[in-house]
Amino acid sequence: MSFLKKSPWVLHYAATSCNGCDIELLACLTPLYDVERFGIVNTGNPKHADIFLVTGSVNEESRKVVENLYAQMPDPKVVVAIGACALSGGIFRDAYNVYGGIDQVIPVDVYVPGCAARPESIIDGIVRSLDILEQRAKERKRQRKMVAL
Amino acid sequence: MSNTTIVPFGPQHPVLPEPIHLDLELDDERVVQALPSIGYVHRGLELLAERHDFIEMANVAERICGICSFIHGQGYCQGIEQLMGVEVPPRAVYLRTIWGEISRIQSHLLWLGLSADALGYESLFQHSWRIREMLVDVIEETTGGRVIFGVCKVGGLRKNVDDAVLKAVRGRMRDIQTAFNEIADVFRQDPTVKKRTVGVGVLTAEDAHILGAVGPVLRGSGVAHDTRKLGYAAFGELDWEPVVEQEGDCYARCIVRVREIDQSFDIIAQCLDRMPAGEVEVSVKGKRPKGEAMFRLEQPRGEVCYYISADGKKNLARFRVRTPTFANIAPLVHMLKGCELADVPVIVLTIDPCVSCTER
Ligand code: SF4
Repeated sequence: MSFLKKSPWVLHYAATSCNGCDIELLACLTPLYDVERFGIVNTGNPKHADIFLVTGSVNEESRKVVENLYAQMPDPKVVVAIGACALSGGIFRDAYNVYGGIDQVIPVDVYVPGCAARPESIIDGIVRSLDILEQRAKERKRQRKMVAL
Repeated sequence: MSNTTIVPFGPQHPVLPEPIHLDLELDDERVVQALPSIGYVHRGLELLAERHDFIEMANVAERICGICSFIHGQGYCQGIEQLMGVEVPPRAVYLRTIWGEISRIQSHLLWLGLSADALGYESLFQHSWRIREMLVDVIEETTGGRVIFGVCKVGGLRKNVDDAVLKAVRGRMRDIQTAFNEIADVFRQDPTVKKRTVGVGVLTAEDAHILGAVGPVLRGSGVAHDTRKLGYAAFGELDWEPVVEQEGDCYARCIVRVREIDQSFDIIAQCLDRMPAGEVEVSVKGKRPKGEAMFRLEQPRGEVCYYISADGKKNLARFRVRTPTFANIAPLVHMLKGCELADVPVIVLTIDPCVSCTER
């Protein structure tokens, strides 16, 4: 992971999840998995975050919150959907108050499968999202230069 | 009410792993009133009973909540078994009891960590979760899952556990208990923990009773009520007493959980001593549940009630759950009245809110 130039900060939001994926995500932050050693820090403030980690599907209430948080994050940003629920609604896809996956409301870059997703795969998902983040940052720089010219 | 300000708390808040929203009406720094609003995690899980047959529904029941997953599965299966008149083999009953207690320890450790985090005690948070991770290893070894166990099924268990593994589990549990005792003293005695929790968010025994508090919130207020005393699973044959603390403040609720962890280790050891031999499942082929059942279990967060109504078809007519956090919201709103704004996260956490249970 030595290629990381920046410490990516993550924002976690449990949309309509069952908690299973949330505690696995929290487990990533604690001593056994400890993503902080890579400089990945969990923040509660969307305005500081680069990576948006969403667990669980969306319903009418959480849709607004997810959209809101996404809109508040500064560019460049990436979204990682964690768990079967966030991918498609998972076991709850037939439930009357579930719209389906996160990609129904915001664009998702990385999908992490599993019910519950294992910490290893969550970390893998975050690492993959870093590449995308870097590309986006480069792209933005290029565009800025073009505008300046 | 001209001088009051309304501060929204949640749904996305650093101390909350889950979304719950409170509108805090403040007079200066003091909370005058707290209005909860929920609905962020409502999925409509109960109605899924119409989509899935009663065997599959056990998996859905386990996903009511990922923290107390096993006990939800156990509760559902017990209810269906009761309706079908199926007698589960004793070994399965004991294994269920053990896994239930392991989930309780896991859940309490998770809570202790989060509450330490809410107090601003980061290293204690990390230590609690380090120990929890040791326990999750035991869960993974015996069931195959980490948070969703998936071993409970109607008629018993999906998986037997060898005696050799159980012997190893006993040793491992002893190690975990030793590790836990080291941090338990911090919760008991540390001045920073005490400063933030003693005398904060007091709930008297009377209020707790009137407002219908359950679980550690109720026991922290001096009421010795534990649904495990009903003697479901193997609890009737084991030797234990509910843990009670008198003060009713955040500290008392914290200590109840610390002591309950110790107690659960003891219950697990007793179960391992008496572990019966034999099968772990009975066939339920061709049988269908019929009638109504209502029963209660003790979750880590308190008493949970299930109601199942079936009319002999593949799908249940109605499945209903009343979860502990739902019962604890009324006491929470009461406790928040008159507290300082800075204490709100601590008080909210001491009821151990599990929102996905509450809203299903
Ligand atoms: S994917 Fe499974 S474990 Fe994760 S939130 Fe959904 S139901 Fe829970």
